[in-house]
Amino acid sequence: MALLEVRGVTKSFRSLRALEGVDIDVREGTFHGLIGPNGSGKSTLLKAIAGDHFADSGSIVFDGRDITRATPYERARAGISLKFQITAVLPELSVYDNVLLAAQSGETLPRLLFSASRKALDAEVGGLLERFRLTGRADDLAGELSHGEKQWLEIAMALALRPKLLLLDEPTGGMSPEERRVTGRLLAPIKSHCTLIIVEHDLNFIRDICDELTVLDQGNVLDRGDVETIQRSSKVQQVFTTRV
Amino acid sequence: MLTEGESGPAADAAAQARMVKRRPPARRVLPNVEWVALAVALGLPLVLGDRTDLVTLATNILILSMLAISFELCWGLSGIMSFGQALFFGVAGYAIALVGRDLDFSDIWAVLPLAMLVGLGLSALFAAFLLLGRKTPTPIFVAFGTLTGSYAAERLVSGWQYVGAGNGLSSVKLLKLGQYEFVEGDAFYLLAFGLLLLVYLAARFLKRSQLGLVLAGMRQNEERLAFLGYRVQLFKAVVFSFAGLIAGLGGALYSYHQGFIGPGNMGPGLSTTAVVYCLLGGSGTLIGPIFGTALVETLSYVLSDVAAIRHIWPVILGLVLLAIVMFQPRGILGLFVSERERIGSYGRRQGR
Repeated sequence: MALLEVRGVTKSFRSLRALEGVDIDVREGTFHGLIGPNGSGKSTLLKAIAGDHFADSGSIVFDGRDITRATPYERARAGISLKFQITAVLPELSVYDNVLLAAQSGETLPRLLFSASRKALDAEVGGLLERFRLTGRADDLAGELSHGEKQWLEIAMALALRPKLLLLDEPTGGMSPEERRVTGRLLAPIKSHCTLIIVEHDLNFIRDICDELTVLDQGNVLDRGDVETIQRSSKVQQVFTTRV
Repeated sequence: MLTEGESGPAADAAAQARMVKRRPPARRVLPNVEWVALAVALGLPLVLGDRTDLVTLATNILILSMLAISFELCWGLSGIMSFGQALFFGVAGYAIALVGRDLDFSDIWAVLPLAMLVGLGLSALFAAFLLLGRKTPTPIFVAFGTLTGSYAAERLVSGWQYVGAGNGLSSVKLLKLGQYEFVEGDAFYLLAFGLLLLVYLAARFLKRSQLGLVLAGMRQNEERLAFLGYRVQLFKAVVFSFAGLIAGLGGALYSYHQGFIGPGNMGPGLSTTAVVYCLLGGSGTLIGPIFGTALVETLSYVLSDVAAIRHIWPVILGLVLLAIVMFQPRGILGLFVSERERIGSYGRRQGR
């Protein structure tokens, strides 16, 4: 059974139809890429899955549970974690505190009040900072990080939630080629415990890390399949050569 | 896990450069300010001696500081714009005045918890209505909701004979500890000081806890916190209710200290004054609101006593406040305390 089943999801913004009945299945333990030209509905679909938008119609079932009308909080608690397209780190908190905030989100209110988990989470937070090369900047304000570092911090925060499904909206946006390569290597190890849906414009990056791809065009699924199938698809090639 | 070598020499060099550029630990000012404030508050009765009018003023400052801290927990700590904190202050003040009048009862061990319960219950009711709906409330909705509550309560008691209507309730029964009765003076000052210290320590504990980190994050980006899995509105409701409890305690002390409680003690006037205390002293810190309360109340006391400006002192005070809010939005304490220290740090930190 798929970890995530999206069925017939539509979403309009006034007269603009961003999604026109999208179906997607994402199997557990896979890296699933969403690609398509600008305005094809990739980010809208990701936000509909995360709860930033509610779908106008259709259904979203995650881990056997219908989450179509669930709030972002409820979806996060169910195991869905989103990294925003535009970095949304908390700029006035330290890098360490940003990750701690994400890591402690499952704690109860009394445990938070009595700081019962602070010591226990220190190793986990430290590990994530080390993995994303932020140890040296742990005490700096998140707002002072470079763009690439903010992206890594976002991913570290998303992973600190210990999600079953991680949604990454353009994780390498604004990064240098070197930073993109590093990001790919940083993401690879999470496959053992996390399913990934990734929206990305860099097709080389997508090709390197994804198992399956869904191609969106004008709010519809144009094609889907493994990377090789999509690379050979004439429909996809036509869209990418004419509109990208 | 990746090794250092994977980043390449260029990235390593950049990382080294960043390490070198890291700022030295910021000097911590707030603990010093807190110690000075503690010393001043403890030494004040000795300095003031027989000046009972000044002891009364100082006691008033301590009591009103509770209202200021109550607002600070809402706004400075959690981003809840409450224009109605005086509602919980005033209703608790009325409650204990009525218990004294109708039940002839004013034992400290019962009435102060009662006042806190009244503040807590009423603010929890407001929180349920204003904050816990399915749809996320806007700050304007909460601001108008609390302001309307404060205004409506003031109007209601102004026309309600049972609670003294526009005259309020005077001759409030004296607060008792066993056979001892607290009247204005050093004993009441020390009682108010002890309770304010407890309130301050509790608020400080909250602010520095992991819950305080959630609130600091909430204040910056509520939506982000929801995506991290926090039930943001519930956290707000809890802090708002706790703030109501503190306002209730302050209201009861005020009522006993003044021997009077009136409609104005729960209206928008006092609610807005609490906002001024915080903004003037320095919102974002807990000592700032106390400092702001002391400054406003002392200025009011001094200016109202100068014959030449007796009739226009509120205007002068208003202009001073306006200038501070416009030109120093972080309050007077913001001149000495760095932004970093104001927000706080929760994880590992230099000098921790």
